[in-house]
Amino acid sequence: MKRIALLGMPNTGKSTFFNRLTGACARIGNWPGITVDLLGAKILLGADMVEVVDLPGLYDLHGFAEDEQIVWRFLHNNPVDLICLILNAAQIDQQLPLALQLRRLELPTVVVLNMADEAERLGIRFDAAMLAAGLNCPVCFISAKYGQGFPETRETLRRVLSERPPTRTAALAAEFAEDEALVAEAEQLVARAVTMPRVLEHGLTERIDRIVLHPLFGIPLFFLAMYLLFQTVYALGGPLQNGVAWLLEGFRTQALVLFQPLLPGWLYGLLVEGVYNGVGTVASFVPVIVLFFLGVALVEDSGYLSRIAFLMDALMAKLGLDGRGFVMLLMGFGCNVPAMMGTRVIRSRGLRLLTLLIIPFSLCSARLQVFVFLSTALFSTTQAPLVLLALYAISFLVAFGTALLFKGRLHSHEPLLIELPPYRLPTFKQVVLRGWHEVHHFLNRATRFIVAGVVMIWLLTHLPPGVPAGGPETLAGLFGGWLEPILRPMGIDQQMAVVLLFGFVAKEIVLGAMAVVYGLDGDALAQLMTQRMDGVQAFSFMLFTLIYTPCLSTVATMRSESKSLAFTGVSIFWSLLLAWLLSFLFYQGARLLGY
Amino acid sequence: MSLVRLSELAIGQPGIIEDVDAEGPFRQRLQALGFRIGKEVLPIRQAIFGGPLHVRIGSVNIMLRRNDAALIQVWASP
Ligand SMILES: Nc1nc2c(ncn2[C@@H]2O[C@H](COP(=O)(O)OP(=O)(O)OP(=O)(O)O)[C@@H](O)[C@H]2O)c(=O)[nH]1
Ligand SMILES: [Mg+2]
Repeated sequence: MKRIALLGMPNTGKSTFFNRLTGACARIGNWPGITVDLLGAKILLGADMVEVVDLPGLYDLHGFAEDEQIVWRFLHNNPVDLICLILNAAQIDQQLPLALQLRRLELPTVVVLNMADEAERLGIRFDAAMLAAGLNCPVCFISAKYGQGFPETRETLRRVLSERPPTRTAALAAEFAEDEALVAEAEQLVARAVTMPRVLEHGLTERIDRIVLHPLFGIPLFFLAMYLLFQTVYALGGPLQNGVAWLLEGFRTQALVLFQPLLPGWLYGLLVEGVYNGVGTVASFVPVIVLFFLGVALVEDSGYLSRIAFLMDALMAKLGLDGRGFVMLLMGFGCNVPAMMGTRVIRSRGLRLLTLLIIPFSLCSARLQVFVFLSTALFSTTQAPLVLLALYAISFLVAFGTALLFKGRLHSHEPLLIELPPYRLPTFKQVVLRGWHEVHHFLNRATRFIVAGVVMIWLLTHLPPGVPAGGPETLAGLFGGWLEPILRPMGIDQQMAVVLLFGFVAKEIVLGAMAVVYGLDGDALAQLMTQRMDGVQAFSFMLFTLIYTPCLSTVATMRSESKSLAFTGVSIFWSLLLAWLLSFLFYQGARLLGY
Repeated sequence: MSLVRLSELAIGQPGIIEDVDAEGPFRQRLQALGFRIGKEVLPIRQAIFGGPLHVRIGSVNIMLRRNDAALIQVWASP
């Protein structure tokens, strides 16, 4: 099978083009370094099946960061028949040297000038024929986002691919000395083939930047924006969640009960009170999660992330981190795993490890479900949003505190250079796709371990046979009993101890587990929770849930990204210790104060 | 015309790059992002608390820290 590799600088629209070409759903964002791994897809191009590979961005042929190394390893180990080099047409003066450098790979190349829409708006004109002659390869203009020029580009790729015999791996002899000459050549070519206005009018972006990057208001504005985003998700998502929970409960009480006489008691219990209630409670949060990720998609695609890095860098520098670290914490609000993989853009090992260490404290969407559920169940409608806000604040503080404590050991200085791209709005389709992607991801996790976890918990709370379900004689009661001395000082009882034990696997299970442990779902579960715990206990439980190990996937990612078992161990141990200490202090303190 | 560090340029005052005093990977990255001898840079703003600089070079907007910007020598136009 023939193979096309998509190369180009970060944030030039490689993944957008990849998605358009293959119909895949690669993650897109207006931040250099969204793609940090290979992603392949097969398509039919003309008569041939072709594998298209989306790669992380690279700045030049001497990349040293982990994400750039991935590109090199790929080019080194795999034969590639065609390089599709994606350049940002609006920044051609900066990017053309890369096109000339790539000639050294001695592979057939098509240069795709993307973002033609932006270049046109800026008044940049191209002499396509002269560019093609200067680069000695076909040149296409395209807007991968909106589709102009796409059919022609596809046709060019097909034609070039069919003309050439299969090739080999790239010749990777990158010599630094030639660079100066290449840069001069690129400058001449730009001078001949491109007409750029003397001043590029990024009017709107500049006006937004003047407000958003304001020396005094910039940081408060950021926190205000975040607050509004979460309030919106909470205000819209809450009723939706109730609605879905109500529907699921209705289905159980109206339809599923009909099976009760037909099935043996234990099987009905396992299927309905275990799997259905457990998964249903988690599933009722799907609308919240989708809303949340629509917000995330909007922020990620706007170009605001780079601005946040700019605003927060000074503060992060005091913690031994840099602006990128803060951005990755924010990405972690969606899911910690991709955020941890995002640290591949950091070259220095100390800085990368320190960033990896703090990301698991970022309050991810799975934990958000637990907190939304518990805070609405146990606090008044005015208090609940404040509780959530407090948890977000604690999430930041714990991450910062951890960085402060460990920065001496994981010290390093790495120069920081980040592009501030123009502001962009995602298309409706991009946003919808992102939302759908998250539902898909959730369903995947649901089938993988939520069901398994929920079944396990049902068994633990019902075995051995004959003892009262959920009682102290069951296996769950036994485990809970062992854990009790550790968890009692934080106000967490036996049953919740078992829930936390399973929460280690994934936080989605926590909700499902509560439903199963108490044998209830929806409103009834919330009702019962109010009898089982008071506000102080609930907050202590949430504090612990926030800080201890997020899930097994983060542990695995920590291991693979840090390439160190010892470091992974330290990270787990530290988060458990910290979770215990803070919950303990909070619970005992609150009780001492008479709450 | 006077030769100063990029970090010493006043906001809004353009300068022409004369020399890049960085080594290894950082030099490469600066090159790739367009910090080349003879190019014009324009400092646009600086973040609060001694934070990074926002500069424009050619068609690109970039943030970099002040101590890194100090490695770049520029001719300041009067
Ligand atoms: N205006 C415009 N924006 C585009 C176009 N193509 C991509 N974008 C936007 O550019 C940004 C970067 O797109 P990506 O596809 O994530 O870029 P990438 O090259 O894969 O980036 P990395 O994976 O970080 O290297 C996103 O905000 C896209 O929506 C285009 O043709 N026109
Ligand atoms: Mg990408």
